[in-house]
Amino acid sequence: MVRLKVNGEMHEIDVDPEMPLLWALRDVIGLTGTKFGCGHALCGACTVHVDGMPTRACVTSISTLTDREIVTIEGVSGAEAKAVQAAWEALDVPQCGYCQSGQIMSAVGLLMQVPKPTDDDIDGAMTGNICRCATYHRIRQAIHQAAATLPG
Amino acid sequence: MAPLDPINPVPAHPRRRSILKGVAAGLVLGALGPAGRLITAQAAEAAQMPFNAYLRIDPDSTVTVLSSQFEMGQGSYTGLATLVAEELDADWAQMRAEGVAGNEKLYGNPAFGGALQGTGGSSSTPGMWDRYRYAGATARRMLVQAAAQAWQVPAADIVVERGIVRHAAGHQATFGDLVQAAAALPVPTDVQLKTPSQWTLIGSETLHRLDTAAKSTGRQQYTIDVRLPGMLTAVVAHPPLFGAKVKSFDASAAKAIPGVVDVVAVARGVAVVAKDTWTAIKARRALQVEWDESGAETRGTDDLMAEYRQLATTGNADVARNDGDVEAAFAKSGARLIEAAYEFPYLAHAPMEPLNAVVRFQDGELEIWSGHQFPTVYQQTGAKLMGIPPEKVKLHVLMSGGSFGRRAVPDADFIVDAVTVLQATGAKTPIRMQWTREDDMAAGHYRPMYYHALRAALDEQGNVVAWHHRVVGQSIMRGTAFERSMVRNGVDGTSVEGGSTLPYRIPNLKVDLITTDSKTPVLWWRSVGSSHTAYSTEVFIDELAYAAKRDPVEFRRAMLKDRPRHLGVLNLVAEKAGWEKPAPDGIFRGIAVHESFHTFVAQVMEVRVRPDGGIKVVRAIVAVDCGVAVNPNVIRAQMEGGVGFALGAVMKSAITLDKGRVQEGNFDTYQVLTIDEMPKVEVHIMPSTERPTGVGEPGVPPAGPALANAVFAATGRRIRILPFNSKRAQSA
Repeated sequence: MVRLKVNGEMHEIDVDPEMPLLWALRDVIGLTGTKFGCGHALCGACTVHVDGMPTRACVTSISTLTDREIVTIEGVSGAEAKAVQAAWEALDVPQCGYCQSGQIMSAVGLLMQVPKPTDDDIDGAMTGNICRCATYHRIRQAIHQAAATLPG
Repeated sequence: MAPLDPINPVPAHPRRRSILKGVAAGLVLGALGPAGRLITAQAAEAAQMPFNAYLRIDPDSTVTVLSSQFEMGQGSYTGLATLVAEELDADWAQMRAEGVAGNEKLYGNPAFGGALQGTGGSSSTPGMWDRYRYAGATARRMLVQAAAQAWQVPAADIVVERGIVRHAAGHQATFGDLVQAAAALPVPTDVQLKTPSQWTLIGSETLHRLDTAAKSTGRQQYTIDVRLPGMLTAVVAHPPLFGAKVKSFDASAAKAIPGVVDVVAVARGVAVVAKDTWTAIKARRALQVEWDESGAETRGTDDLMAEYRQLATTGNADVARNDGDVEAAFAKSGARLIEAAYEFPYLAHAPMEPLNAVVRFQDGELEIWSGHQFPTVYQQTGAKLMGIPPEKVKLHVLMSGGSFGRRAVPDADFIVDAVTVLQATGAKTPIRMQWTREDDMAAGHYRPMYYHALRAALDEQGNVVAWHHRVVGQSIMRGTAFERSMVRNGVDGTSVEGGSTLPYRIPNLKVDLITTDSKTPVLWWRSVGSSHTAYSTEVFIDELAYAAKRDPVEFRRAMLKDRPRHLGVLNLVAEKAGWEKPAPDGIFRGIAVHESFHTFVAQVMEVRVRPDGGIKVVRAIVAVDCGVAVNPNVIRAQMEGGVGFALGAVMKSAITLDKGRVQEGNFDTYQVLTIDEMPKVEVHIMPSTERPTGVGEPGVPPAGPALANAVFAATGRRIRILPFNSKRAQSA
């Protein structure tokens, strides 16, 4: 039995403790907003926050997460998340949309650390999040737009 | 994908009666209810009051466009909703869209001859331009008629504005108020479409995509998210070589893992079926399979390219185009000969969502949930495998995490995997068949490798007097159902398109093709033939301009005098990029222009050389002429994304084979563009009154050659081997 705290809610799940968080979220807990893209922390589609830090759920075993604060796209909240999602909608960032949960979780993580990021800051924080539709141009614009609406 | 002709659809105009026939016949198949659940045609009619096969109006006035055109990110749902909303005079906020599939009589794509439902060839907007506008206009007429009867006023005195139906005497109603009465009226057959001056939504810069909110909150449902009661997950072990087969397998270790339900032989390999995805993936690692590799492809990509290079001089070519007398022109004394060859790798589509399908069989009916880009083919595939009639196969259309052509696959590989697992497990429980990234990468159906040999002759004034373009590579269409219509006189049009349609006026011009064979399956990849022909022709033109000591824009203009739309975008992009003025210090520019799928795109890439010698793409300027700009926001997005998709491919991506084995498994080795490599993109849309053409693919072709030409301007190096970062390109 592994205890996971996801979006403020406790889950006790009886699965292989080596199961990556990605599959525990998707197949056991039923939160499917976090996406599978590569399985090896190479694309960022599975990005969630663990204790506030963007983390690749596809390579993070649930055995390492007991009593850690896990936040997924379904539960992400706060000023940065609101600003990022509003900017995403205002600029119509997504195309296929599949990577965007991960993009947003990385972008929110960036703004929590760096409220007014430069293009280089954005490149540094977002390079691990692949978008095959190449919505990068709007992602960059949207992060700047979100930052502009935040204090600091 | 298939470059069938969206400009001359068959039939030329939709049979208006057939737009609405679907209601009476109960032909609304596979409609998804508001909660994403399947509702039967009858239930849909009762609960949702479908107006017809192409749109549905709910009692709450929500207008749902039933899109025959698959949404894979390119904006087809938003585009078709724009057409319906325009003619319906709906408010944009009341518009929704969902996919429908399974009835080619209603949903056949005119661009594919009308008998096949499918999405590709950038044909959704041009192919459906009339059909969905007529659907909206017909529904509007019936709503107005219902209001006229209810209010006892002449229909001509009723206006519809932003979803509200009004009469000057103070009557007012919503679509939801009127829909029940309207749906019972006879269907008008003399509906007139608006004139362009009456448009308020078509061409509007302010329409947002319909799916942005769901895709910004994790709520959008994809195939990977489908959950059915009792559903099990399957992963399939595929042969390590193309053409290899299962000889034997030992499942004992895999079956010993808790959570594994079954291990079964299927058509294309061995499947592990488990309670969850992780267990299935883990158990597959424990599976022992012996493969029969006797009939497999064992050549490497280096071997293949060496063969192609050889064939280019010794092979027999089929002629795709032959103007004037090329050999005589080359032989003429005084002609200056320029030659160059270009090499293109296999490319994977690598959509973010690895391919998958969910299948269930109950009460004699097969249901398939997937990214159905090719519904007619998948319905027939499911029916054939199960031995049931096609009408017993119900397709549920999910949006997909990308495609770039991969989900329209004539051999239906991923659907076959899912259905054969269902069969092998006795069809007792629903199955979700999921490929991993490594499965997806190794599954073939690549953009083919090609070798291009070009030579040209310049006269003393530096004019091109002869041009010979030879393409060597595999055919996409051979061996598929499209062979008969797409392969003419030995020439698969998709191998040479873009080259055989070279727009430049050159008196002696020959394009020919040597088609090669391999067991490695190949497929259309975003922009199909133009993904390589635009590169070779537009880089070669640049080489000729340089040899002739002429400006690359002026050199092109001189040969495009009778090509106003090529010229239009070329001039527009040159103007917006400030081509006439010197580039800022440290910035170098390259230009390219290319028509694909009847859309004209010119691009300028601006690059600078990084201190480490690498190239940084700073800015892309795009000019596009796609006729009437239905939804400019979507057009801009497709141009931006097309630039990024292409830059990643030419700079970084290749599938390579060593003794037949695919060497790339994941994004560490199959590299794609990342955000730090993405330039700023400016998109300029040419005002036009021409019939609209598609935008999903045409942004891709000019980006690579424009970049290569900019790299030449910066470094003096011509990049003739792709990708730029490959060892062979670096040492060339």
